Amino acid sequence: MDEPLLKVEKLTKIFRSGVVGGHFTTAVDDLSIDVNRAEIISLVGESGSGKTTVGKLILHLSKPSMGKIFYNGTDISTLKRKRLKEYYRNVQGIFQDPFASFNPIFKVDRVFDLLFESYLKDKVNKKHDLIVESLEKVGLNSLDVLGKYPHQMSGGQLQRILIARTLLLDTKLLIADELISMLDASTRVDVLNILGTLRDKEKMSVIFITHDLSLGYYISDKTMIMYMGNLVEVGKTKLVFDNPLHPYTRMLLSAVPEIGRKWKKSELEMKRGEVPIGGCPYFDRCTLAMDICKKKPILKELEKDHKVACYAAEGVKSDDSIPVGENHNS
Amino acid sequence: MTKLLDVKDYKVYYQTLKGQIKAVDGVNFFVNTNEVFGIAGESGCGKSTLGNSLIYLRAPMRYAGGSAYIEEMNISKLTDEQMKKIRFEKISIIPQFAMDAMSPTKRIKQIVVDLVREHDEKLSDEDVKELAVKRFEMVGLSADVMNMYSIELSGGMKQRVVMVISTLLNPKLLIADEITSALDVSSQKFSVEMLEEFKDKQFVSSVIFITHDISVLYQISDRIMIMYAGLVAEIASTEDIVSKPLHPYTKLLIESLPKMGIQFSEKKLTGIPGYPPNLLNPPKGCRFYDRCPLRIDPQKCQNEIPPLVEYTPGRYIACWAYTKGNDKNG
Repeated sequence: MDEPLLKVEKLTKIFRSGVVGGHFTTAVDDLSIDVNRAEIISLVGESGSGKTTVGKLILHLSKPSMGKIFYNGTDISTLKRKRLKEYYRNVQGIFQDPFASFNPIFKVDRVFDLLFESYLKDKVNKKHDLIVESLEKVGLNSLDVLGKYPHQMSGGQLQRILIARTLLLDTKLLIADELISMLDASTRVDVLNILGTLRDKEKMSVIFITHDLSLGYYISDKTMIMYMGNLVEVGKTKLVFDNPLHPYTRMLLSAVPEIGRKWKKSELEMKRGEVPIGGCPYFDRCTLAMDICKKKPILKELEKDHKVACYAAEGVKSDDSIPVGENHNS
Repeated sequence: MTKLLDVKDYKVYYQTLKGQIKAVDGVNFFVNTNEVFGIAGESGCGKSTLGNSLIYLRAPMRYAGGSAYIEEMNISKLTDEQMKKIRFEKISIIPQFAMDAMSPTKRIKQIVVDLVREHDEKLSDEDVKELAVKRFEMVGLSADVMNMYSIELSGGMKQRVVMVISTLLNPKLLIADEITSALDVSSQKFSVEMLEEFKDKQFVSSVIFITHDISVLYQISDRIMIMYAGLVAEIASTEDIVSKPLHPYTKLLIESLPKMGIQFSEKKLTGIPGYPPNLLNPPKGCRFYDRCPLRIDPQKCQNEIPPLVEYTPGRYIACWAYTKGNDKNG
């Protein structure tokens, strides 16, 4: 197996809030990821799970508190000026709100112009042809796009323009943070298909950050489930979805609205005390919580290509499981 | 079954400098008592305009024709003063983005009391607070919420607060506009369950549930109306819409939804090519003509708007493919 394209090692990000800095929030907690070439990985989690922070750290928009990120073997925290610019040629991000990604007073052509001014100076003479070609690859006709203002386009078109832009750069890794959650159902799947085609044809890798599990299932090779800054389940998409092992993953899957399957009525969410310091992050919401869970479980490979951080999933049994409603502030 | 809301040939236009945008251009439907009526469609199809106009028809929205009866009262003809009396008590709304629209400088209890004061003179402040606390507890929020500011609450909690406030005076009809769209799957499910419970307890009688997400509608609604470009495309029972859609638009919309068990590498889904028409100057024929794969009678489809007809009992559809040989209403 090749060296992974991107290697994230024990990444931790702690945010400090308050004027005198009394309050700390661990947004990302000791997280490791390998991203291979031509691979789509979905990073799934609820809001506040830290998934966006992971994307920002990889994009070097935020500095990790601990841990390292290697791109092609190079620690990205050591990159400065020229080499950082080169990094951004290889690693690009596209975010949720396409209308916020474009400057509304300029025509959309500007995103291409800027590119040719900074990265593609040597190709300026072929500029128009290259733009047309990259737009075609994302299913857009350049006549519908060039010379228009962002407000004249739909969200789906704008997102595709941004993808076309990464094609011009020959981007190797795309961080797609909720790329399609603002798009309509009828155009969503087209944008997803583009990602799939780029993986197969251009060998692009994508970290697809989403809270929508069905979209993750459709497009990704690997799935990582994130909860409170921790990876709780990681594996081949099929294995994670068809045989979810972590109680959190199961809860999420049961809550996915699906045509043809009605939701089962659930109990009101019962919080049982606090998460013990150094304990499993899902402790307070878990129906399987045991005493041993006060010590945080680590990811273990329970079947090939499928890792879970949960004692219950590992088969650890405990007679002193914690009764509902009781406070455990250890 | 009695009709709680009966809407006939209802039109709401937006007045702009360039002319009138025919956002809702003659829709016909009714909502039964004790029913959850889902409205789905792409952004810009008029679903939110329809919902908002039934509550508060304000500029730049302009009433342009038709009627909307709640019980025996035509609310489309009421003055502001008359409407204010029935709003919140007879018909209420959870507006889109309401959870982000709560004043950040007022405590929740103040927001609750102020709102009720506007519409009801009988209840004392203490009664209102007591009622609110009771309802908050029912949805798993503690009484402390009353003393908090909206910024101290999580997204799911804010949505619950908004839902409780909107239904405090037990309205007959509640319009829920995209209440699940900004939420995580687990909070989505919770919101829907909450709405169902409010209905069981008769805090509300009927609900109009507006969303772009048909798989959420599948979970909650009894009947679904599909809108396209300001018009009704199809109305049918939830089961019929998802498993036997008739209108070509409904069919494509359902097919484009990613489902669990379908992966890009095995089966490619397709979106709906093209874009909805500009409602400033809509085409004179069927508004779906440009994107329609069927075009049963191209001449007719392009030049005449298909009427909404009852194709089979309780099943309404506006498509020339289903009006042939059907002499009812033309």
